[in-house]
Amino acid sequence: MSAVVFAHHGMTPAERLRDAGWVAFVALVLGIPLIGLTTVDAGGRLEVATRFGMLALFVAVAFIGRIALRLTLDHLRVRRLGRERAAAAADGGRGLAQRIVTVLGWFALGAAFTLPLIFSGNRYVVDTATTVLIYVMLGWGLNVVVGLAGLLDLGYVAFYAVGAYSYALLSTQYGWGFWEALPVSGALAASFGILLGYPILRLRGDYLAIVTLGFGEIIRIILVNWTEFSNGPNGISSIPRPSFFGLEFTRRPAEGEQSFAAFFGLDYSPMQRLIFLYYVILVLALLTHAFVSRLRKLPVGRAWEALREDEIACRAMGMNTTNIKLSAFAIGAMLGGFAGVFFAARQGFISPESFVFTESAIVLAIVVLGGMGSQMGVVLAATLLVLIPEFGRNFAEYRMLLFGAAMVLIMVWKPGGLLSHREPTLRLDAPATGTEGAR
Amino acid sequence: MAYALQQLINGLTLGAMYGLIAIGYTMVYGIIGMINFAHGDIFMVSAFIAVTCFTLLAAADVSSIPLALMFVLVVTIFFTSAYGWAVERVAYRPLRGATRLAPLISAIGMSIFLQNTVQLTQGARVKPIPPVIEGGIEVWNTADFAVQIGWSQLLIIVTTVVLMVAFNWMISHTAFGRQQRSCEQDRTMAALLGVNVDRTISLTFMLGAALAAVAGVMVTVYYGVVDFFIGFLAGIKAFTAAVLGGIGSLPGAMLGGLLIGLIESFWAAYLWAEYKDVATFGILCLVLMLRPSGLLGRPEVEKV
Repeated sequence: MSAVVFAHHGMTPAERLRDAGWVAFVALVLGIPLIGLTTVDAGGRLEVATRFGMLALFVAVAFIGRIALRLTLDHLRVRRLGRERAAAAADGGRGLAQRIVTVLGWFALGAAFTLPLIFSGNRYVVDTATTVLIYVMLGWGLNVVVGLAGLLDLGYVAFYAVGAYSYALLSTQYGWGFWEALPVSGALAASFGILLGYPILRLRGDYLAIVTLGFGEIIRIILVNWTEFSNGPNGISSIPRPSFFGLEFTRRPAEGEQSFAAFFGLDYSPMQRLIFLYYVILVLALLTHAFVSRLRKLPVGRAWEALREDEIACRAMGMNTTNIKLSAFAIGAMLGGFAGVFFAARQGFISPESFVFTESAIVLAIVVLGGMGSQMGVVLAATLLVLIPEFGRNFAEYRMLLFGAAMVLIMVWKPGGLLSHREPTLRLDAPATGTEGAR
Repeated sequence: MAYALQQLINGLTLGAMYGLIAIGYTMVYGIIGMINFAHGDIFMVSAFIAVTCFTLLAAADVSSIPLALMFVLVVTIFFTSAYGWAVERVAYRPLRGATRLAPLISAIGMSIFLQNTVQLTQGARVKPIPPVIEGGIEVWNTADFAVQIGWSQLLIIVTTVVLMVAFNWMISHTAFGRQQRSCEQDRTMAALLGVNVDRTISLTFMLGAALAAVAGVMVTVYYGVVDFFIGFLAGIKAFTAAVLGGIGSLPGAMLGGLLIGLIESFWAAYLWAEYKDVATFGILCLVLMLRPSGLLGRPEVEKV
């Protein structure tokens, strides 16, 4: 590498202006039909309204923004070149980065445990943190399928829905509790995963993506239309909340039951339930993490990673690729099902609206943005993607716009994900000199 | 029997539109081997541009329908291809050479972005326009049912056929078509032989968007309503059509579009209308399981 010399010449001001002018022209062309013109309802029929002021503003922002972006990028590139030369001289940044991530992980864990104690009076913070954890859990589940086994699944929300609906139906129809329903719903989601996976796992990457997408939509359409089973678009309401070893989180518990507040001699507060729910999902997520980390070191986990890297080589080595893929699919589906059960229990109400394709896209975005296969990356990306819309709440209608733009920008900025890491979990300790020489 | 004939006509119309969108998928897949997730939303943007154009023309009192249609088509194609170009430039070009998943994610982001831009700038409500082309010809009149081909349906089918022929000719006979096919086969080799690969890919995205724009104008004329969410389902169905016909094959995309349109309208007419989308996806799964290379596609041979 050191023999390659990159020649950079700075842009002249005239070139900068021409470049920005071109961008402004494109912005003008793109802006005319959507920003410059709009149709408004004028008594039953449409009329065209013009917004040329806004269009001019948009073009100006594009022009100035392009110049600013170019200047920043050039500046950054000069700095990066210097840094790369320094890094090449003293290798070993990788190990350090890995250590920083580990330290950050422990720090995040501590913060996660203490957060509800610090913000015990702030409902909004605890609620948002719970949402983050649900997405972390979903992300870890999908990470098994996408990040480890390299199977692109765009219908992950289907398993989430299976978990949520099976808990909702088991509890409202048959009176099952949260803890009994949890494993059953997980198993149900896993069997759905196998059911779907068996016929389609022979397909190549993109086809697999589109079929899983179709499957997610089928589940949703069935939930909307099969009214006797799922109550259709109205959804299922008054789903019972989980209890703390049989102690309910209510002001006045049912006959023969005891409430959590009364048992511990506390004053009743609705926050107790929220904090309890927060810890439930935290524990579930940590169990997921432990489970997945262990699996990665077992033969099946190593087989997933091998399959991701090269499927043909795996088959040549005599591995049963169908079974390996199925196991990844089933385990991912099961984890999604668990998250679904928790989601239903936390919301108390579910409807097909919660299980649209956008959810799948968000979870996939979390996995890919975080860096496929990286557990910490999922945490980081989930936090970012939940918080970006939350910060945007002040100008609520721009939330999803920001979300989409952030997805594009982060991907373009770091195509490998925020914490990209594709190292195999285990490696053989080969003599270092031999392998280096072979390359 | 008459009822079935009517469904056949409706299905062909629907299929023509799916086919036009499907070509965009098939071409982009052929050249960069990726699904253009934002394609459905480009189609949606084009429908909005068409609505604005029709409203402008109505305000300007243009009464000649062929003139109005030509104007709307040209304007919509121009602006929509600009969107196709921008999507490629922003979401695909910086990621050339990255892992396969990266452009997919950025395209999904682009799709969310476009949907919300349109929702914000054009409003979330359904946009109705007065019917542009009314009436039709009665082809067959039985005692209880009259089979009718609307002028708009006829226009859609004829335009699609003409476009398909022209397009096939362009791909097989012009310099651009040769460049496009050479990039599909081997991008590195094409670049070595002097083909401007980046430009070819950009043009492919623009052409796909232009065909989607034609479909967008047709949808506006045919249904008379658009909203910012039509891109998602139309996109998935068109993709299904492209896969059904064999992805990468242009006649395949058209055939797949027609089949999906026919299946959908017959399913909705004779079975359960509310499950018509399930039918499409079910077919997609079946095709992929039984014949993964599609009806007209060549089976891919993997070399190590």
